[in-house]
Amino acid sequence: MNWPYKDLLGTRELSREEILLILDTAESFKEISRRDIKKVPTLRGKTVITAFYEPSTRTRVSFEIAAKRLSADTISISGTTSSAVKGETLKDTGRNLESMRPDVIVIRHSMPGAPHILAGALASSIINGGDGAHEHPTQALLDLFTIREKKGTLDGLKVAIVGDIAHSRVARSNIFAMKKFDVDVTCCGPPTMIPPFLEDLGVNVEYRLDKAVADKDVIMMLRIQKERGGISVIPSVKEYAIFYSLKEEHLQTAKKDVIIMHPGPMNRGIEISDAVADGPYSVILDQVENGVAVRMAILFLLLGGES
Amino acid sequence: MRILIKNGRLIDPATDRDEKVDILVNDSQVEKIEREIPQAGAGVQVVDARGLVVAPGLIDIHAHLREPGYEYKETIRTGTQAAVRGGFTTVVCMANTDPVNDNRSVSEFIVRKAQADAFCRVFPCGAITKGLKGEELAQIGEMYEAGIVALSDDGKTVKNAGLLLKAMEYSKRFALPIVSHCEDENLSQGVVHEGHASLLSGLDAAPALAEETIAFRDIMLAKYISAPIHITHISSGGTVRIIRDEKTRYSRLTADTCPHYFTLSDDATLTYDTNTKVNPPLRSREDVTAVREGLRDGSIDIIATDHAPHDLPSKDVEFNLASYGIVGLETGFSLSLALVHDGLLTLKELLRKFTQNPARLLSLPYGNLRDGSTADLIIFDPDADWVVDKTQFASKGKNTPFHGWKLKGKNRLTMVNGKIVYRDPSF
Repeated sequence: MNWPYKDLLGTRELSREEILLILDTAESFKEISRRDIKKVPTLRGKTVITAFYEPSTRTRVSFEIAAKRLSADTISISGTTSSAVKGETLKDTGRNLESMRPDVIVIRHSMPGAPHILAGALASSIINGGDGAHEHPTQALLDLFTIREKKGTLDGLKVAIVGDIAHSRVARSNIFAMKKFDVDVTCCGPPTMIPPFLEDLGVNVEYRLDKAVADKDVIMMLRIQKERGGISVIPSVKEYAIFYSLKEEHLQTAKKDVIIMHPGPMNRGIEISDAVADGPYSVILDQVENGVAVRMAILFLLLGGES
Repeated sequence: MRILIKNGRLIDPATDRDEKVDILVNDSQVEKIEREIPQAGAGVQVVDARGLVVAPGLIDIHAHLREPGYEYKETIRTGTQAAVRGGFTTVVCMANTDPVNDNRSVSEFIVRKAQADAFCRVFPCGAITKGLKGEELAQIGEMYEAGIVALSDDGKTVKNAGLLLKAMEYSKRFALPIVSHCEDENLSQGVVHEGHASLLSGLDAAPALAEETIAFRDIMLAKYISAPIHITHISSGGTVRIIRDEKTRYSRLTADTCPHYFTLSDDATLTYDTNTKVNPPLRSREDVTAVREGLRDGSIDIIATDHAPHDLPSKDVEFNLASYGIVGLETGFSLSLALVHDGLLTLKELLRKFTQNPARLLSLPYGNLRDGSTADLIIFDPDADWVVDKTQFASKGKNTPFHGWKLKGKNRLTMVNGKIVYRDPSF
């Protein structure tokens, strides 16, 4: 099966089969990163630009390592080094980058739909590395990969996503992706962090953390999106931590083999306690490792590789 | 110069007419309307309107002509050229120019500029408050003398209810209606409607409450002092219900909506097309249905375009950064004819919302056709199929979400003050 799209903008438009193709492809790539010589020539001669208009550590490094391990050349530009500060429009920046003949542009931007502008204007493949509160598809795909790796399947699982759902692109992309499978999703957070109409997406809403995590196979903790106004909808971070910090005692009612996930960056003592973050159920660092494999798979598929 | 319009179907809501007649225009006036007027000799231009509808020229009570200050977006000349193409013979232009039309000299400038440049009648709408800042009353009386026909801080709500009450009260002296843009800024921190679509797009969203609460407030204020109140560009079903309900108790309440609010839902924003970014925002499908119902049952009296032209750089950016607005003068009437084709309104009922009702709101002598009335009229084909092509717009603004749409019904000829100012090349 060839990858049918030029771009990867979100998980909402992906089918179950397409998601599985990415996950299966990623599985075959994961082993490369554990080799002594962590490089294959698959994308030799290809150029990948990461254009990050928002701060990022994990995602940018993950993409760059993924590209380099496939032998692609990578160039990174950021909001501060780009022309954005000089008043150039995003579309013009994109067109200028395209003139240098890249094959893929990964963009992260604070505004929803920014990757779609580039996708519509450029022939290069565009990967959404996170656009405002909209989507972060590669994060959701690595989350699904990690869940499937630990649980063997996605179908039939019960997942709780806890935190600032309203402002979270990770939540959206995960919900869209999980609902392509038989996953029972419960979203939990203070009511002001639950967007209206959320149930229309086929998820449950639970305001109490203890109830939300009960009987769950997977608990995914999210941080407060301070940069998108998350703070203004709660009385204080301290109060948030009282009601929405995942502690060991919460895990008593979850499934025995529950896994704890977090897309990072995590705020210890706020949404997650040290004991949980570093505990035996945590797969947070596995997510990061898998992110490289999943992004290798996505780059490979977008650039015409057949699985 | 005399012009004889033959064989047309005259539909005039003001005179409750729908019949095949001939219309003789003499200079700026309708000389007579009769079943059959013989082709009266030399010097009379004959226009054959067989198979077409003749109606009073349309009145748009809500447009942005951008002059003075934003001539790169639109001018009185280009805006009114767009207007006459779309069938409008009278346009009311909003006050958010630069400088703001909050004083006599800007009002006079617009009136004078229109006399020199405009293809149709232009009446300025004055600001309610100085600089649209919501702090002090604008020069209401002086602007009235210069020719304004209404007051509005369009684009903003007058936050201070006490000040708005004073404005309503003061403007009674001049019989100027307040045209209220309803938006509680504390509730409207967003660029799209809060609903299912915003959940999917992740765009910052504002609930319809932002419009509804202010609409209700403004109606209460007007009622208290028996002032006329007009709620403009209604987009929410909740507002339609408030208006329907309050109209049973208060007769000086009127309302308008715009074609985009009964044509597009917020689903259109899912593509991040900035031409769907408009204020108030496109709302849910249920709201669209409710607005259409409000038009059908008469809760909404008037259709206005809220023609809001922008230059490309204002729109060719991220959705969050794009300016609000949709151009409407060249598509508004055709989009509205869908209400007739869909069986919601008769042609006469639709035309009433473009002619008689706006004329009554603004106390204008136009919007009717009878012996002796001013010869502002249009001839249109309600069934002609055409495709919207923004590159062919007379307006400088190409910001339309309807580019490429197939529409049914098109204006063929526009006459202002007895002069043919637009004639479709195919006619």
